[in-house]
Amino acid sequence: MLEIAKLSKSFAGFRAVSEVSLTVATRQIAAVIGPNGAGKSTLFNLISGHLQPDAGTVRLDGRDITGVAPHRICRMGVGRSFQRTNIFPKLTVFENLQAAFLVHHGQGLNFWGRSEPFYREEVAALLASIGLRGQERTLAGTLSYGNQKQLELGLALASDPRILLLDEPTAGMSATETDETIHLLERIAGERELTLLFTEHDMEVVFSIAQKITVLHQGRVIADGAPDAVRDDAEVRRVYLGHGLVRGE
Amino acid sequence: MTASRRVPWTLIVFVVLATVPWVGSRYDTFLAAQIVIDALFAVSLNLLLGTTGLVSFGHVAYFGVGAYVCGILMKTYGVPFVLAFPAAGLGAALFALISGYFCVRLIKLYFAMLTLAFSQIVWAIAYKWNDVTGGDQGLPEIPYPNLDWINALPGCGDLRISDKFYLLTLALVAISLAVLHRIVRSPFGRMLTTIRDNPERAAFIGVNVRAYQLAAFVVAGAFAGAAGALYGIFSRGVFADYVFWSKSAEVIIMAILGGMDFFWGPPVGALVIVWLNQKITAYTEYWPFVLGAILLVLLFALPGGIVGGVHALWTRLRGRGRA
Repeated sequence: MLEIAKLSKSFAGFRAVSEVSLTVATRQIAAVIGPNGAGKSTLFNLISGHLQPDAGTVRLDGRDITGVAPHRICRMGVGRSFQRTNIFPKLTVFENLQAAFLVHHGQGLNFWGRSEPFYREEVAALLASIGLRGQERTLAGTLSYGNQKQLELGLALASDPRILLLDEPTAGMSATETDETIHLLERIAGERELTLLFTEHDMEVVFSIAQKITVLHQGRVIADGAPDAVRDDAEVRRVYLGHGLVRGE
Repeated sequence: MTASRRVPWTLIVFVVLATVPWVGSRYDTFLAAQIVIDALFAVSLNLLLGTTGLVSFGHVAYFGVGAYVCGILMKTYGVPFVLAFPAAGLGAALFALISGYFCVRLIKLYFAMLTLAFSQIVWAIAYKWNDVTGGDQGLPEIPYPNLDWINALPGCGDLRISDKFYLLTLALVAISLAVLHRIVRSPFGRMLTTIRDNPERAAFIGVNVRAYQLAAFVVAGAFAGAAGALYGIFSRGVFADYVFWSKSAEVIIMAILGGMDFFWGPPVGALVIVWLNQKITAYTEYWPFVLGAILLVLLFALPGGIVGGVHALWTRLRGRGRA
C-alpha cells in the first residue's frame, strides 16, 4: 500500500533521513522505531508532504506522491497525528471534528450556509468511537492531554483515511492511558480496515501490536522485518543496549 | 442561544443609529457616520486578524483603493454611485487578489511586513500620480450621490444631504456586516478558524491553507474598499493621507481594543476610538499619548478586549446565578 524508496533528507548538511526504504502492506500494522534523533518524525513529515525530500520516492497504492502538498495527500486517504498534540485549541471539540468533516465532504467553500447544523450525527458517532462521547461543547484546548490525543485521532479519522500515520501516539501518557490508547487503536484499525504506520518509544507497545518493525538509527534503516527477527538482530541489540529493548525477555 | 429567546440587539442598535439625524446634532451625525464606516473597516480587517489569524499591517491599502476608485469614477467620470460603489469593492478585491497572492506565501511577521510594503506602494502612487489621484492635493469635492429618492421616505424630506448620505451609509454598512457575519458563521468561516488555530493541522485535515487565506484576504479587501468608498464621499474628498500606514495601525487597535475574538468587538473598538479621539482632542493635543495610556490599561486589564471583558463578566455572573 505504502512504498518508500531511498528517501533522503538533509538539514544544513546533517542527514536526518538517509536512503530509507520500507513498505507497508494493506491492513498491516507497522512500526518505525529508533533512538531519539533517529529521523522518525522527519520520515513521517516526508511521507505526509510537510517536508520535501532531497531524493527518493513515496508511493501510495503505486501512485507517486513524493513532494505533493499535505492537504492533497490528506485527501488521498492518508490520515496522520503529530508527536506534539496538534488540534485546534480555541475551537470546541465539536468544531474541531466538524471542520474535518466539512473539508472531507468538500463543503469548505460554502460561505453562505450556517455551519452549525452540519455533521452533528457524524461527529457524535466519531466521538463515541474514540471515547469522547458527549464532549462536544468542551473547548479543545482545555481537554486533558490524553483526551487531546484522542481528539487528534478523531481529526485523522474524520477524513475517512485508508492509512493512518501516527507519530508517537502514546507519548507523555501514563501506563493506563497508554494501554487504553493501544486498545483503541487496535479496535479502530480493525473496524475501519485501516493500515497503520506508527512511531513509538515504548517497546512494549511496539512489540504488542506491530506486525512489522523498521528500526532507524542515525537516519538509516538498520533492521526491517517481523518483530521476532528484529528483536534478535545483533545490530539492533547493539544500538539499543541499555535502552529497554530487551525488557520483554 | 436559541433564536426564539434572543433579543435582536443588532437590529435595535441599527434602528437607534438611524434616528441620529433627528435626535442628534449635525456633529453627532458626523461622528456616527465616521464610527459606522470605521466599524465596517475594522470588521473587514478582523476577518483576517481574528478569524484567519493573519496580521495584516497594510489593510488601509484596500480602504484607499476603494476610496480612490469610487472618488475618481464619481468626480472625474461622472459615474453614478450605484456603479461606483460596487466598482470600489471590486477594485479593492482585485488589488487584494494580486497583493495577497504574494503575501500568503509568507508567514507571520514576514506576511505583516509584505502587507505593509504593498500599502506603502499604494500610498506612494496616491501621492505621486498627480493626473489621476491629484497627488498631494488629493481629490477634493467628490460629489454626493443623488439621494433625492430618500425624500420619498416618510419624515425624510427635510434632511440635509449629509444626513441622507449618513442613512445610506448606515444601510450599506448594515448589509455589508450582515454578509460578513454570515461568512464568518459559514463552513468557509470554520475553515478560516482552523487555519488561525493551527495551520499545520489544518493542512492535514485537507484544507488548502494558502488558497483559503487568499480567499479571506480578497473578501476582507473588498469590504475595506466598500468602507473606503463611503469614507471618501463622507469626508468630501480622497487624500493620500488616508492611505498612510498609521491608519492600518489604528484599525488594528480598534479590532484588538474591541475584542478580535468577537464579531462585534471591532465595531465597539471603532466606537470607542472615534469617540475618544473627538472628546480628548477637545481638551488636549496629546491625543496619541492618552490613547497609548488607555490602550496599555485595557490590554492588561482586558486581554480579550472590551467585548471579551464584558463577555467574561457576563459568563461569570450567569454562572453565579445558576450556582
